[in-house]
Amino acid sequence: MSGIPHDHYEPKSNGAKWLHSRLPVVGLIYDTLMIPTPKNLNWMWIWGIVLAFCLALQIITGIVLVMHYTPHVDLAFASIEHIMRDVNGGAFIRYLHMNGASLFFIAVYLHIFRGLYYGSYKAPREITWIIGMLIYILMMATGFLGYVLPWGQMSFWGATVITGLFGAIPFIGEPLQTWLLGGPAVDNATLNRFFSLHYLLPFLIAGLVIVHIWAFHNTGNNNPAGVEVRRGSKADAEKDTLPFWPYFVIKDFFALAVVLVIFFAVVSFMPNYLGHPDNYIEANPLVTPAHIVPEWYYLPFYAILRAFTADVWVVQIASFVTGGIVDAKFFGVLAMFGAIFVMALAPWLDTSSVRSGKYRPMFKWWFWLLAIDFIVLMWCGAMPAEPPYSIISLIGASYWFAYFFVILPLLGVIEKPLPTPATIEEDFNAHYGKAE
Amino acid sequence: MIKKLTLSAIAAVGLLAGAANAAGGETHIEDFDFSFEGPFGKFDQNQLQRGLKVYTEICSGCHGLQYVPLRTLHDEGGVGLPEDQMIAYAAGIDIYDPEIDDYRSGKPTDNFPANTAAGAPDLSLMAKARAGFSGPLGTGMNQLFKGMGGAEYIASILTGYTGHEKVEAGVTLYENSAFPGGWISMAPPLYGEDVDFDDHHDNSLHHESMDTAAFLMWAAEPKMMARKETGFIGVFILIVLSVLLYATNKTLWAPVKRKAKES
Repeated sequence: MSGIPHDHYEPKSNGAKWLHSRLPVVGLIYDTLMIPTPKNLNWMWIWGIVLAFCLALQIITGIVLVMHYTPHVDLAFASIEHIMRDVNGGAFIRYLHMNGASLFFIAVYLHIFRGLYYGSYKAPREITWIIGMLIYILMMATGFLGYVLPWGQMSFWGATVITGLFGAIPFIGEPLQTWLLGGPAVDNATLNRFFSLHYLLPFLIAGLVIVHIWAFHNTGNNNPAGVEVRRGSKADAEKDTLPFWPYFVIKDFFALAVVLVIFFAVVSFMPNYLGHPDNYIEANPLVTPAHIVPEWYYLPFYAILRAFTADVWVVQIASFVTGGIVDAKFFGVLAMFGAIFVMALAPWLDTSSVRSGKYRPMFKWWFWLLAIDFIVLMWCGAMPAEPPYSIISLIGASYWFAYFFVILPLLGVIEKPLPTPATIEEDFNAHYGKAE
Repeated sequence: MIKKLTLSAIAAVGLLAGAANAAGGETHIEDFDFSFEGPFGKFDQNQLQRGLKVYTEICSGCHGLQYVPLRTLHDEGGVGLPEDQMIAYAAGIDIYDPEIDDYRSGKPTDNFPANTAAGAPDLSLMAKARAGFSGPLGTGMNQLFKGMGGAEYIASILTGYTGHEKVEAGVTLYENSAFPGGWISMAPPLYGEDVDFDDHHDNSLHHESMDTAAFLMWAAEPKMMARKETGFIGVFILIVLSVLLYATNKTLWAPVKRKAKES
């Protein structure tokens, strides 16, 4: 592996040499674990390990749940109750899986916003960023598919609303929606294919996670100072870095343990806090719930979807220009997927020469406004689509796009960044030299 | 940065859960004081047995409990009927058996029967299918200490009848301060002193309603006691692990930080 110069694995015993010349697996593990890591990483760099833990937790609990679950419209809801009542430890395993999804998304949002603040998406880490966005999209898909499986009211109506989005695509929408559902409406065929895909996608995520890690092991981690590790010689690199094992493994494990204290308390003492009560009512195609609300982690994008109604002038222009092909519904769908896609473009939209937001006096404000915007949109997504929420959603959605398309490109030109530390060593010493 | 972002994320999640639950209409849910609330709360076995009696004598006339296995009446941390009483209770219920296409007396391996005769909803999960609480400030955080409020919702419905009736499209509706929309099609099932309890407990409407709600909370979440126990063990182990890892991390980094200070 190229990247930052460091010691490589040298087999010592005859047995180790024998294995190494045939399959250098020990060397691969050694090089991966001993990767030189910037020593100034702060506590926002711990979400990666939390995410890795979540993926493992979801796969392991999921595999156990599958042993007892029945993907059939007449039996699914009852089979969940079978898990909750008859299976040894079933209730706890299911609550871990339910809340594990929420922890997964809390961690991924903090991970993404850390990347946005410290400019982790910038060259040469664009590929890492894009792989990360793909993982995020797969996570959203997996979470949505999984939420349908208990076959409660929100499962059913959530599936109806979300697959309906595909129906809004002009010309191919309706056949596409029918193809996705396996019939004219959400039914047994839908449940079966959603189950199959819910089991498949996590393994695709695991594959992409390996590529994600491989990519940043090649470029090296970004860090709060945003300056690169010196690579001239091993001695230089060692002034800026420490090996991942044991320094960052122990640090990450400590952070993970603290996060898990909270997670375990939620699972044990309020496991249904983030769920919707309606999902304890079996799906009924004849009764529509008063408010169809998606899981909390989709709400910001759900708000953007609903923000663009037919009376918004941008929508009217789009409709006029395309001769009515782009109607309000399709515009909303485009906006929702666009809001995710635009994040993937950040490496090319951000024109600033400085990577870390710490040294960008104007950027900071706009960044925090984006973080607040995200939370406001989340709140709007949970509210009914009526004034004043619809107007707040529209303002929030507009800012989301303005941040990426206008503010990021402009700031690079008009902002005068603060001086950055020359090296990571300097940043680290400045921090700990002053302390205490 | 770290703290702010983490805090805002937590605040966001809190807001949302509250907002999601808040939707539902202006109803009055009274905050009953149940023994099983909060991390330390436990089911009151006597109360659950009284609730079972109310359910058996009154609710089961119209409602089913189809997901609840009869044998779980014997389970610890729940109703806790002695085994012979549980078997006798099961034997007293007529269960339709599709294999013989006829009714037979119940066995512990059967579930409570479903009952859709009057179009009444099944009560197996009712205490989790309604959220009574969404506060404070819509964050829903009080669920940690009060539970979801489903039991409160049920007790509020049972005590919430105002006595007014109206007939709409041939259906009699009863005014109820806890029901979304204010008018419910269920006639008042309890008036007080409907059931005589074996432990001679107060059988006023208030107490009967609470006992019924507590029993239905158990029916919806029979493993609640086991879950909380696991939680305490898990949280304790993880706190110990956190402290150990904190100390390890501190020791591990100390020389690196000392060197930085000297430079």
